[in-house]
Amino acid sequence: MKDSYDVIVVGAGPAGSFAAATAAAECDALLIEKRQEIGDPVRCAEGISKLGLSKFLQPQTKWIANEVAGARIFAPDGTKIEVSGELAGGEVGYVLERKIFDRDLAKNAARAGADLLVRARATGLITDHDTIKGVKVQHLGEALEIPASVVIAADGVESQVGRWAGINTTLKPKDIESCAQYYMTNVDLLEDSCDFYLGSEAPGGYGWAFPKEHKAGNIGLGVLGSRLDGRRSIDYLDAFVERHFPSGQRIELNVGGAPVSNAVSTTVKPGLMLVGDAAHHTDPITGGGIINALEGGKLAGEVAKEAVRLQDFSLQVLQRYESAWRASFGKTLDRNYRIKEFFVKLSDEDLNKLVHSLEGLTIEEMSVSGLMRRVISRNPRLLMGLRHLF
Amino acid sequence: MIRVNIDKCGHCGACVSVCPTNSITLVESCLSIGDTCTTCETCVAVCPVGALMVS
Repeated sequence: MKDSYDVIVVGAGPAGSFAAATAAAECDALLIEKRQEIGDPVRCAEGISKLGLSKFLQPQTKWIANEVAGARIFAPDGTKIEVSGELAGGEVGYVLERKIFDRDLAKNAARAGADLLVRARATGLITDHDTIKGVKVQHLGEALEIPASVVIAADGVESQVGRWAGINTTLKPKDIESCAQYYMTNVDLLEDSCDFYLGSEAPGGYGWAFPKEHKAGNIGLGVLGSRLDGRRSIDYLDAFVERHFPSGQRIELNVGGAPVSNAVSTTVKPGLMLVGDAAHHTDPITGGGIINALEGGKLAGEVAKEAVRLQDFSLQVLQRYESAWRASFGKTLDRNYRIKEFFVKLSDEDLNKLVHSLEGLTIEEMSVSGLMRRVISRNPRLLMGLRHLF
Repeated sequence: MIRVNIDKCGHCGACVSVCPTNSITLVESCLSIGDTCTTCETCVAVCPVGALMVS
């Protein structure tokens, strides 16, 4: 370990590891992870778009538990529509093995030259006036102060780094999905389809069943935080499992919060950039975040390199990261937030109507926007509020 | 006061992300509530497993 770094990345999830790998190509980079094991416990349904992943990384066989051809969306009354993989919000295609995937991304960062510390928890920032100058770290009982020119905060949904820098990253209950998932066996899943269940089984969210191998997969759901009154997500999940997968046995329990909010309004401060879940870069409709985490991580890593080249870590330079992610996926996040705000208000009856209106259509050829346009044109009165978005 | 049931907590950090006073600290599997907590119960509401309660 060095005495100081050009770049310190806090958090070794996909966003952090990818940022560290990108920056380490030119800079002295340190990646710290508070857990003792990267990638474990999993807080993810593990679905990812094939196209999306391939844009950033050559997919490795060992990362992929299963490949699916598409998705099925079930209305509350059981009616279903089938869509091809790249349409379902980009969250189907592969079902990953996150424990292996996350670990490999961290390895990539190390191979690119980054130093890594696990069981290293950020406890505060080193600041000079308004500029972030490094990270205070607890590492195996030892308090360290590690100076850095740039800090990249990839510390997840529970992000502290942004808050320490004065950025408001607190999520409102209406902007977080409270999620619970079992990895189950003895379940009859269609092996080449990721399934989504809409309606009051998961109020303000959805249920999912993603096959990972023969008769086994991730079965979970997210309930909007503002819709939980008395019953917990895990109670909703147990009812969901009882109804759809009564023969299933629970191999693993995962819980977590997924931001379904607007992106954090300011993702840069002098000497600091926020990426991934810490920046609320998850898709507000699906809650999926890996692709945007990779994209944001890459962009932040590139801007960090540029800042180091210029030896200028001011807001003006780091602002290039904010402009870059806004130009890349910012508009989609904005639009999808407005769609989510609308969809969470729909009743089971409304959702049944929507799904019925798409029955019998060939929807492989359509994009998400196309799908939405079709839904809107068939349900003009119900979806009047969304017309202007398409 | 908010109490943590360690036999239920899945250490996922959902509570940390919604705490308006940033009073919750998650270190590995250990969740602790600081004295800045105002017992607003937002964390209680979003916890996926019901590990947080008012006592």
